[in-house]
Amino acid sequence: MTKFVKGNEAVVMGALYAGCELYFGYPITPASEIAHGAAKWFPMLGRVFVQAECETASINMMFGAAGAGKLCMTATSGPGFSLMQEGLSYLAGAELPAIVVDVMRAGPGLGNVYPEQGDYTPAVKGGGHGNYQAFVLAPASAQEMCDYTVKAFQMAAKWRTPAIVLVDGLQGQMMESVSLPEKECPRPDFSAWAAQGEPKTRENLVKSIYLDAAQQEEFNIHLQEKYVRMKEDAEAETYLCEDADILLCGYGISSRIARTTAEELRKEGVKAGVFRPITLNPFPANELAKVAKGRKIMSIELDAGQFADDVRLNLAKAGLGGEAASVKMIHRMGGQVVSVDDAVKAAKEMFE
Amino acid sequence: MKVIEQKGMYTEFPRCGKPHARTTHYCPGCGHGIVNKLIAECCAELGLQDRTIFVDPVGCGVFTYYYWDAAHISAAHGRASAAATGACRARPDAVTIAYQGDGDLGAIGFNNAFQAASRGEKFGCIFINNSLYGMTGGQMAPTTLEGEKTTTTPFGRDPSLTGHPLHVCEVFNELQAPVYIARVSVADTKRIMECKRAIRRVFELQASGAGYALLEILAPCPTNFGMGAIDAASFCMNEMEREFPLGVFRDVGKGVMGAEKTVHPDSKVLAVKEVPRYPTCEALFATPDGTEAPPVEDDPGVPEMRFKFAGYGGQGILSLGICVAEAARLEKRHTLWFPSYGPEQRGGSASCSVVVSGTKIGSPTVEHPDVLVCMNQPSYERFAKDVKNGGLIIVDSSVPVCVDPPEGVELKRVPAIKMAEDFGVPKAANTMMLAALRKFKATGLKDESLETALCASFKKKPQLIEKNRTLLREAEERISL
Repeated sequence: MTKFVKGNEAVVMGALYAGCELYFGYPITPASEIAHGAAKWFPMLGRVFVQAECETASINMMFGAAGAGKLCMTATSGPGFSLMQEGLSYLAGAELPAIVVDVMRAGPGLGNVYPEQGDYTPAVKGGGHGNYQAFVLAPASAQEMCDYTVKAFQMAAKWRTPAIVLVDGLQGQMMESVSLPEKECPRPDFSAWAAQGEPKTRENLVKSIYLDAAQQEEFNIHLQEKYVRMKEDAEAETYLCEDADILLCGYGISSRIARTTAEELRKEGVKAGVFRPITLNPFPANELAKVAKGRKIMSIELDAGQFADDVRLNLAKAGLGGEAASVKMIHRMGGQVVSVDDAVKAAKEMFE
Repeated sequence: MKVIEQKGMYTEFPRCGKPHARTTHYCPGCGHGIVNKLIAECCAELGLQDRTIFVDPVGCGVFTYYYWDAAHISAAHGRASAAATGACRARPDAVTIAYQGDGDLGAIGFNNAFQAASRGEKFGCIFINNSLYGMTGGQMAPTTLEGEKTTTTPFGRDPSLTGHPLHVCEVFNELQAPVYIARVSVADTKRIMECKRAIRRVFELQASGAGYALLEILAPCPTNFGMGAIDAASFCMNEMEREFPLGVFRDVGKGVMGAEKTVHPDSKVLAVKEVPRYPTCEALFATPDGTEAPPVEDDPGVPEMRFKFAGYGGQGILSLGICVAEAARLEKRHTLWFPSYGPEQRGGSASCSVVVSGTKIGSPTVEHPDVLVCMNQPSYERFAKDVKNGGLIIVDSSVPVCVDPPEGVELKRVPAIKMAEDFGVPKAANTMMLAALRKFKATGLKDESLETALCASFKKKPQLIEKNRTLLREAEERISL
């Protein structure tokens, strides 16, 4: 079944096919269509939709629902995402699978509702307290907003971790063709650890507290080891990289601008390629190193350079310090989108 | 130590870190210890241990999972009611019990608790009121009595600065949804017996899925009161009960104390519609809703076309864009549509962008449209300058073209608004523009695709389909090339 729908609607479809049983959410532009779709479709499938009183409530309702062993989700944008950071820390601390879709808007503060990618750091580096991370996916089209929402649930269940689907306002509002999954995913069994109100789960305890410092450290080490293992699920996409002299890096909407920019540059004789991380955490560092070596690198992003810094960090860690030091960036902020013209110009300047 | 009787509690408490611990972490004379025992007893006596999910708070009650022999979820400070909402929605057959203190419920988590009560969530909330923050070090809580000394009201609570004690039961009793609201105490034996009956009632109501229940329990905190256990209990009975009278505020089917809500016979309650149900996602999304389309096919021979449609809200600009997008996807093209959104859509102007391509679409933004359709002057002034060399601008004849289009760009003026008025259908100006797009072969799409798309856009008003089809054809005849 192929449908022509908004990215925000594609998220809900993906969630339902993934087996998400509960949606908790508070309205916010430009993510609200996700709540609208969930309010309509979840009850039609006998699943639960709750409009929470605030984002703090949404994320903690997820804590309860995930703690009770069911797949659940919420969706929000910047201001709501900020409110959810404490809850994300608790979810990570109790190793609970739950999905947050952040349809990013411009900030800081109230900002505006136009597209930005300024939530990169809190999403990717663990914006709440303590040493935790979430699994972060960055789809770039309505199709991927469906597909990678499904994957977000799978990764959250596999790694017992909160997962974040990170997109921006433009992607949320954009209509594209979406080919829906063949069938619903089987439900995971969490009875080994969840509090399900059933005889077999009576001994289960969902908590993020270890009063003993040695135990808390042990738990932290366990988390960090898990995050290292998580790298096996890192995912990236490359485009026209084989003979490229310059590598354009971007995620989400920026990766699409990078794609058109690369095509335009090639029309003008500049061999450009695109590296696009699909998982932002774990960052596909090996894939980046493979295509980055010896090339000029320019990042395209809708933030102040948080993503470019991560590109540099990952290059440096891979032993490509020279490439890391020479990474250039073209960016816009405040709800403005980088134009292909400007990106082409900036890339060409790197050859002058 | 010989344990006399222990129901619903673990016989030893290894979760506290000491393998064979048999004493709780509560201070001597603390109300929590008594309440913990009563809750465990009720849960066990009713045979509900397998079905119960306890949602534990932050504060002195945080370690109830050491003691109660049932499944636990340990929530964040103030969020037990939100977490209990999630748990009871996820497991409607479980007995979900949130345990919260007065800082937790009355301050940081008040709205979560209140809204859960207002929604009538199916869990029981057992709320310990000891008039201050216990574990954190005896600070003022919303329930602190006037004049009561705490570590943050060292001179006594001054109502002129910090307000008056919060009456949680009375506030919650304003709500319609709760089935049970009561306040009890554990300050002496008689009260403890009454408390147990109330706790039992909370469990019974949850076991039968009756709805939201709130039980406030006045409890002594000798450590932070700075008193012995006997004096602390007396403080509870004398001072606290004066402020917080005991009683059952409501009990479904048993009469109520306090305000009883009745629906006025003349009130017009909007009817809730029955939700149509589907067994699976496949069944739900296979049901036609007009958004289905044939799968996209790659065709590198088809050049990419970028469109911008702009005008005032109400001129049907967004629908015009959707029509073109719809036609493109009927032809299995890669297609993308997006609107101006946010406050913009509530003001005067509306615009949308459409990209149609034979191959995967990169940047979604339309910086340089191949075709610009303008229905008002601000749109022309804003977008005309960006149109691609070799591109086309179609502008309504009513728009004064004060600025020339860029070099190499063709400008066509179409009296769309006037034609629509002449046809007696002023709302159909967008259909006139679609006719113009078709007449000028401006979209690279087939005539029949555009017509089918137009008809599909009226799927919710089928009586208008033929009318618009006719309008499209007649308009096309009138528009001159």
